[in-house]
Amino acid sequence: MRELDVKVITENVAEMCKEAAYYLPEDVYNGLRRGRETEKSEVGKIVLDQIIRNAEIARAEDRPYCQDTGMTIFFVKLGQDLHIVGGNFTEAINAGIAKGYTEGYLRKSVVAEPLFNRVNTKNNTPGVIYTEIVPGDRLEITIAPKGFGSENKSGVKMLVPADGVRGVKKAVMEIILHASMNPCPPMVVGVGIGGTMDRAALLSKKALTRSIDERNPMPEYAKLEEELLELINSTGIGPQLGGTTSALAVNVEWGPTHIAGLPVAVTICCHAMRHSHRIL
Amino acid sequence: MAESIRITTPFTEEMSRKLKAGDSVLITGTIISARDAAHKAMTEALARGEKLPVDWTNQIVYYLGPTPAKPGDPIGSCGPTTSGRMDAYTPTMLDQGIKGMVGKGSRAPEVVESMKKNGATYFAAVGGAAALIAKSVKSYTVLAYPELGPEAVAALEVVDFPAIVVIDCEGNNFYEIGQKPFRHFDMSQI
Repeated sequence: MRELDVKVITENVAEMCKEAAYYLPEDVYNGLRRGRETEKSEVGKIVLDQIIRNAEIARAEDRPYCQDTGMTIFFVKLGQDLHIVGGNFTEAINAGIAKGYTEGYLRKSVVAEPLFNRVNTKNNTPGVIYTEIVPGDRLEITIAPKGFGSENKSGVKMLVPADGVRGVKKAVMEIILHASMNPCPPMVVGVGIGGTMDRAALLSKKALTRSIDERNPMPEYAKLEEELLELINSTGIGPQLGGTTSALAVNVEWGPTHIAGLPVAVTICCHAMRHSHRIL
Repeated sequence: MAESIRITTPFTEEMSRKLKAGDSVLITGTIISARDAAHKAMTEALARGEKLPVDWTNQIVYYLGPTPAKPGDPIGSCGPTTSGRMDAYTPTMLDQGIKGMVGKGSRAPEVVESMKKNGATYFAAVGGAAALIAKSVKSYTVLAYPELGPEAVAALEVVDFPAIVVIDCEGNNFYEIGQKPFRHFDMSQI
């Protein structure tokens, strides 16, 4: 059986946290440039110029793209034939977050308890870790640090089957209109349809790990993505101060659901759609 | 968009009243950072009848929690945070003499009323342009609540810090003005 030492996990996670914070993925950067070319608002053009320049500075100088370096979300695929040795898997990931956020001069934005005594943990731990057991002997890690300017504007709506496509579109647009300019647009919008309330929310987060240039493989959902993008870009929200580039993409993921249900979740991501992906 | 207006702090009510929603500005001088935890601490101190650790008269507050500075830098990445979370505390803080606020996103009607009363202006910096904005910050000095880490109250010396007047002291709102020409969306058409 293949073995993987937890120290390797910690080292890789630390590097991934820094990479994600400094280097905006190429697809998002190119999406911003395309938005700048087609933007109709003069103020919107100025805002997009600043955002594009910001991405270039962050990349060239190894600086955090945004001061909100996020709560660190992990999508882990753990091969069932891989043996993790030398310590505790969850602790190894959190040790990697602490190392990466400290060494990389990233902001520590996590409090240990949410309501009564909000004390900062001072090393950005714990992360939010979703683990899936898969065939094979590899460990695949995707990290997606999430800022809360946009997270606070996300939401779930529990529709019923009769609401159909029209209901889904309305539910998404209600959340987008409520968010308006607050989540640092141009946004990338993750939509999860189906499952249970929690599964829909998870699907909407997973949707954001897909490239903004890649459409859902099922044609009906690909069409829904394009139609939703067009609707969002007709709101006038634009790049924060009004305009035509409100969102760069809508990524939809779906899952099996109950005969009585049609859950819809929307995770809004700001233009800082940050990721890092490695296979160990 | 017209040429940027240069503003040098202290920022008085007279300066504030000259600005109009949509004006592009470059701020030079001292601005003071404070966000969620500091606003809570300050309004609680006022409720207890205590004096605030900072004199806010004619100051510009910046809703900010920066990343730590790398060695040799004055500050880390330092873009604006969502202003709306400070709304519950803002009328109280404006009564302390603040004439300018820099952040991002919409404000509550009570805040706009207090801005009109106090002659205060709300500016937006570009959300997420944090590495770019850091180029205009020359120093960062913690003034109060050091235990709050990135949420401490601190003085930032800035040169040509770029911002846009979103809500002026008459209550005109550039978020509404800026969106209107590009809004064709109609929920009833879905």
